[in-house]
Amino acid sequence: MLRQIEGSRAVAETVAHCRPEVVCAYPISPQTHIIEAIGAMVKEGSLAPCEFINVESEFAAMSVSIGASAAGARAYTATASQGLLFMMEAVYNAAGLGLPIVMTLANRAIGAPINIWNDHSDAMAARDTGWIQLFAETNQEACDLHILAFRLAEELSLPVMVCMDGFILTHAVEGIDVPEQSDVDSFLPVYEPRQVLDPADPISIGAMVGPEAFTEVRYLSHLRQLDALELIPTLASEFASTFGRESGGLLHTYRTDDATTIVVALGSVLGTIKDAVDRRRELGDRVGVVGITTFRPFPFDDVRDALSHAQKVIVMEKAFSVGYGGVLSADVASATHDATISLHSVVAGLGGRAITQQSIEELLDDTAHDRLRPVTFLDLDLGIVDLERARIGSVRRSGPSAENVLSDLGTVASRIG
Amino acid sequence: MFQIRFHGRGGQGVVTAAEMLSVAAFAEGKFAQAFPSFGSERTGAPVVSFCRIDNQPIRSREPVIKPDALIVQDMTLIHQVDIFAGLSNEGYVLFNTSKNLDELGLGDYLDTFRRERLLTCPATELALEHLGRPLPNAVLLGGFAALTSQVTLESIAVAINERFKGATAERNIAAATAAYQLVLKEEEEFSRATTN
Amino acid sequence: MSRQPVHFYQVGSFAVGNRLLDDEDRTVQSDPGRSDSLDSGHRACQGCGEALGARYALDAAMRATNGQLIAVNATGCLEVFSTPYPETSWRIAWLHSLFGNAPAVATGVAAAMKVKGLNDVRVVAQAGDGGTVDIGFGCLSGMFERNDDVLFICYDNEAYMNTGVQRSGATPPAARTATTEAVGPQPGNVFGQGKDMPRLAMAHGIPYVATATVADLHDLENKVQRAMEMHGARYLHVLVPCPLGWGSASCDTIKVARLAKETGLFPVFEAENGVVTNVSPIRHRTSVESYLSIQKRFGHLFGTPGRPDIVARIQAIADHNIAHYGLLVDEERDATLEVSA
Repeated sequence: MLRQIEGSRAVAETVAHCRPEVVCAYPISPQTHIIEAIGAMVKEGSLAPCEFINVESEFAAMSVSIGASAAGARAYTATASQGLLFMMEAVYNAAGLGLPIVMTLANRAIGAPINIWNDHSDAMAARDTGWIQLFAETNQEACDLHILAFRLAEELSLPVMVCMDGFILTHAVEGIDVPEQSDVDSFLPVYEPRQVLDPADPISIGAMVGPEAFTEVRYLSHLRQLDALELIPTLASEFASTFGRESGGLLHTYRTDDATTIVVALGSVLGTIKDAVDRRRELGDRVGVVGITTFRPFPFDDVRDALSHAQKVIVMEKAFSVGYGGVLSADVASATHDATISLHSVVAGLGGRAITQQSIEELLDDTAHDRLRPVTFLDLDLGIVDLERARIGSVRRSGPSAENVLSDLGTVASRIG
Repeated sequence: MFQIRFHGRGGQGVVTAAEMLSVAAFAEGKFAQAFPSFGSERTGAPVVSFCRIDNQPIRSREPVIKPDALIVQDMTLIHQVDIFAGLSNEGYVLFNTSKNLDELGLGDYLDTFRRERLLTCPATELALEHLGRPLPNAVLLGGFAALTSQVTLESIAVAINERFKGATAERNIAAATAAYQLVLKEEEEFSRATTN
Repeated sequence: MSRQPVHFYQVGSFAVGNRLLDDEDRTVQSDPGRSDSLDSGHRACQGCGEALGARYALDAAMRATNGQLIAVNATGCLEVFSTPYPETSWRIAWLHSLFGNAPAVATGVAAAMKVKGLNDVRVVAQAGDGGTVDIGFGCLSGMFERNDDVLFICYDNEAYMNTGVQRSGATPPAARTATTEAVGPQPGNVFGQGKDMPRLAMAHGIPYVATATVADLHDLENKVQRAMEMHGARYLHVLVPCPLGWGSASCDTIKVARLAKETGLFPVFEAENGVVTNVSPIRHRTSVESYLSIQKRFGHLFGTPGRPDIVARIQAIADHNIAHYGLLVDEERDATLEVSA
């Protein structure tokens, strides 16, 4: 049933319908509303049997999830930003042990400077952990992806991270159809672990592996991720037949059939990009959009196919590797290395900087007129940057750049967006 | 699409107001989206929230940069925050004040807008009267319904009932209804003044 | 042996063979049908106190739980020497995740058992002193504070032995480690630092805290048994000498552990809900020199000219412990008994 509710609330209810047995969390914005709602459901008894555990850190949250999952319980947690980094050792460990934990990542920037707003730096920091990473475009998809995530995780015995844009999705109130319990039950069978701590059949999990077998163990993880590339589309079509709507999958295309320019992106910004693309289409610009849902494993073949007719590709991403450039851009470049595509990387939306439709339209206009450079930082205030560069050049003790920039900017409270 | 921006201070229910408005629109079968300005809100700090209403699915995730309407919950903000940023000349503004608009010291600033769409509503006073607490957010939604006709007063009542229970809901609805009628009256006075 | 009402002093070491005890008083290890939780073939050093302590503790836990046990292990010597891929010495359900998270992982396992209604399955987490007092302290404190149903056992060998004997928050003053070298005017580890983990555990108000050494394995078993009779967070701190790190003879592991207790440097006691309920009294009070001088990590305190000033400071710590815990209450009675025996 369609309801006008907050994204976090809808995700919490959906996760509850997935019948998690152990939910462990540590508060960090913007993920808090999800775990607060789940905690209340456990306390009132509507989500049972389930153990809800408040822990002292994200490191403990992931560690409790590891213990619970290894002991055969369906485990869920949620985090963001610094929290993901604080638990990172355990994030790798969960993947290395092959434990099907599902985690919501309410995407948020990473400090310093400390910043609570949305970007994808946190997800990119976990790119190489061995977790499957799915990105939600809307709150509806965020809900649906969690159901798919549990199914996928448990079939492959791998952890899955559902990435949803912090605040932009988590705190948005909109019409969402929270999947019915009966549908979820028919789609998601009871968790049957591949490995479990059982006193009746004792095994050791987590042994040290030396050079004699480490490569093979790692390669098996890689193969399981590649298996996910096969399984994800299958599950998406099964999902569509159970729930009556499309969700999940590897990627989604929008008006790409005759597009000569295609914008590639992850997450909620795809909505604004589609609005901008529609406007450009009205002006006769043949533009389209590719939204990548499955970021890890990276769907090289599907990306290559989706971009095969494009002449120009703009990868718009909310993160970048400092000293290198766009992370997603590098993946897209790798997928299209044998095509004659002009690839542009656009870093946008860092630390909550609003990505406006107008800026995207200007970007597409620049592209149409071959004015777009290989790497662009969208809406960058170069005046402010130059001021600080000049300060650094002229004074030895020039002070902390973040504070200098804020002081150059003056009050920011009056800014909207 | 009709876009509304709410300006207030932390603790005044600015985010809740946007949510309730979206629920009211949803109750009428429309598509609606409400979201906060995503600050680390502290009580008393300037807060912004947004609402979009449309007859088709809303895809945009940008903040409301060009609002069709503003709801100003706290008048002390008008000289601190650029609340009118992006407002079109055709835009609506509902101010939470018991004063006359001309007493607010905005000078000629308002001349660029349609004066009959810039109305006031003593929402805090109405809230104190009906709720016993200075919470103007739901009250102003009643005034908003009268000012813009984007949603009906009945839908505002539906949203209030979804958010609050029992006597609190009833009192908020009573206050919102009073605000609705006051703003309607204000509008009528304007149209009378213009026709005369 | 501390629970044995009759004192057996037939050998100079104060050890007593199982054969002198009634069947019900004998150690788990005397039972041919014991669980062998930590089986032979592991890669621990000769004379490893931790291997001994872990074997007795887990076999006792297995007996106490009727074999319904899951163990969680922190990274460290115990984990490395017991599971060289593709082999494992563990004959129990065993999970190793990371260095600093064993208490939280154990919480997760316990939560899984609870949610599945497997109330008879119990959870033990174990770590060395580094994984307990340093890198694992946050998770351990959280587990204590929540009073999760986990017995946490710290095998304390007073330094990071797995990485090559570096100082930990449990390294005693003046001890030489690879990062507290025996040089300069204050050789070895500094005074006034380090954590008294059993007391920190008690401060959490958890149901049960106890200390033990591998010199009195029957006492260790009894404490595991007692811990498993309770629910909630429980903490057992076991002193396990490390011949490699301490520079003691492999054959002296038991002797060194016993001297730690008999000097008063390592008080052996039990506490319930934050209050000490039982202490194992010193039976033959001896100076700290007898304990320190047989370990190369304290070698710089002896010889010519030696550092009698530092030894005296360590003696003061022992004296403080003796007074604080009342470790001498039975001394006179013991002496009398020994004379009459």
